[in-house]
Amino acid sequence: MPDTTFLDSTELVLNMGPQHPSTHGVLRVILKLDGEKIMGTECIIGYLHRGVEKIAENRTYAQFNPYVDRMDYVAAISNGLGYCLAVEKLLNVEAPPRAQAVRVILTELNRIASHLLWLGTHALDIGAITPVFYCLREREEALKIFEKYCGARLTTHAFRIGGLLYETYEGFEQEVRDFCDMFLPKVDEYEELLTSNRIWVGRLKNIGVLTAEECKEYGVTGPMLRAAGVKWDLRKAQPYSGYEKYEFDIPTGQNADTYDRYLVRMEEMRQSVRIMRQAVANIPEGPVMGKVGKVIKPAVGEAYVSIEAPKGELGYYVVSDGSTQPYRCRVRPPSFVNLQALDRMVRGGLVADIVAVIGTLDIVLGEVDR
Amino acid sequence: MADEQKPGGSEAPPPPGGGAAGPPAKPAAPPKPAAAAGHPAPPKPPATMAATPWDSDLTRELKERFGDRIVETSTYLGQNFIVTKPDAAVTVLEYLKLEADFDYLVDVTAVDWPKRPERFDLVYIVYSFARNERVRIKTYIAEGHKPETAVGVHLTANWLEREVFDMFGIEFDGHPDMRRILLPEDWQGHPLRKDYSILQQDQRWVQENMNIESGQ
Repeated sequence: MPDTTFLDSTELVLNMGPQHPSTHGVLRVILKLDGEKIMGTECIIGYLHRGVEKIAENRTYAQFNPYVDRMDYVAAISNGLGYCLAVEKLLNVEAPPRAQAVRVILTELNRIASHLLWLGTHALDIGAITPVFYCLREREEALKIFEKYCGARLTTHAFRIGGLLYETYEGFEQEVRDFCDMFLPKVDEYEELLTSNRIWVGRLKNIGVLTAEECKEYGVTGPMLRAAGVKWDLRKAQPYSGYEKYEFDIPTGQNADTYDRYLVRMEEMRQSVRIMRQAVANIPEGPVMGKVGKVIKPAVGEAYVSIEAPKGELGYYVVSDGSTQPYRCRVRPPSFVNLQALDRMVRGGLVADIVAVIGTLDIVLGEVDR
Repeated sequence: MADEQKPGGSEAPPPPGGGAAGPPAKPAAPPKPAAAAGHPAPPKPPATMAATPWDSDLTRELKERFGDRIVETSTYLGQNFIVTKPDAAVTVLEYLKLEADFDYLVDVTAVDWPKRPERFDLVYIVYSFARNERVRIKTYIAEGHKPETAVGVHLTANWLEREVFDMFGIEFDGHPDMRRILLPEDWQGHPLRKDYSILQQDQRWVQENMNIESGQ
């Protein structure tokens, strides 16, 4: 007779994903459980690996531009901006002021679209069905502006190396202004639904805590770092694309938990509206394309350029050997790096909390796996 | 065409320690002129990065501390980088973290230069919140060399080094979990090496696991 009975708790290994609605894609997490308590996790990733960095080495600089949209596909414009800035750095050119202003508007609009998708799905994972409909309704308005501007809604390829391909369309400014006016009260509406909702607070408060020290250890950036109280945003720390001209605040939290990360992202959407309003009020006249040759051929060298994407620091490390193709194009993906902290955030917690924590990480598997 | 004696010249990698001669001039790297490919290329771009020496309190401190294990301190396009001997990279990272506030390891990656004796560039990017400054630590390692892991200094290095192993086959010594991360564990080959063609794949793996002749 074994001296254990079925009442003894032994470790249970539970597989979650890759096909699981709350993993936001194809993330597989192996959970080690003691009853409902998580003893450890292991992430299995790579299901969406397409070898984007290898593709870059076999395309010209301009040809690779659309590929970056397919990494973090809910924030394609941010991806494109980072890549264009990196190649522009290698070429030592800058986009003209008009292009920079339009870039800021579209990137902030994309940040809102990305945060809206995060909010809707995060709430859905927790069990609140309503917000996702509202979020997607407003996201639609943002996507309509993208569609009108460049013809695509998701993988937009909105920017070109050196500036923009398209002038803004007739009525662009007015539509952005209308969006800002429409959107700000909506953020309050979402907050009314969630911020003081007892279930929402109960599921989020003190869940998935990652302190500032731990964030730095794990290289976690973006809203997660800010919710831990670190007032750091690349748009302020190392401004690019003219962000130094706009007034905005960096929202921070104190408790470094899932609830604070929710509050930080909500405030970020308001700040994005603030930036867009300033930018759209003052779009300089002039060309939208800088002095970049038809054939993009940077001198031998390398550059690392990073931007504040909705998920955190998105960096491109591009090495040129003097030819028309990147010799190496490394993407520093915020989702990949942030996901590494999952184990630290859920260990010792309850199995139900892992869904909340994956939601708060705001990962996109296309970017994790590249 | 005097250039033709150098085969495949346009791909010739910058020699290690290249650039505008870093302060401790390394004997191994006399800046070589660019060699053009078979066809006559009128304006020859310089084959090495036109980096300029970088001199600051930090570099002086590092040179004093590490001597000739710091090979080069340079700046290119306003971005600073430090080249170290392979065995010094992690020690430098640790020193930068503890003594100079570079407490955030942004990225670890590699670049393959198959024609160079030290085949890989291993690149660490670190950032300091206190200084708002970013520095790249580079080191040149030969095929088969097992660099020390940086996990003991920055926990982020865990997955980042696993990805470097997956893509380049560089094994990190002392890494707690040296496995592939993006590709399947039994995949053969390391795709970001330059001798791995873009159409290449692990045929056996694809046939066995996906039941198709080819993924192409």
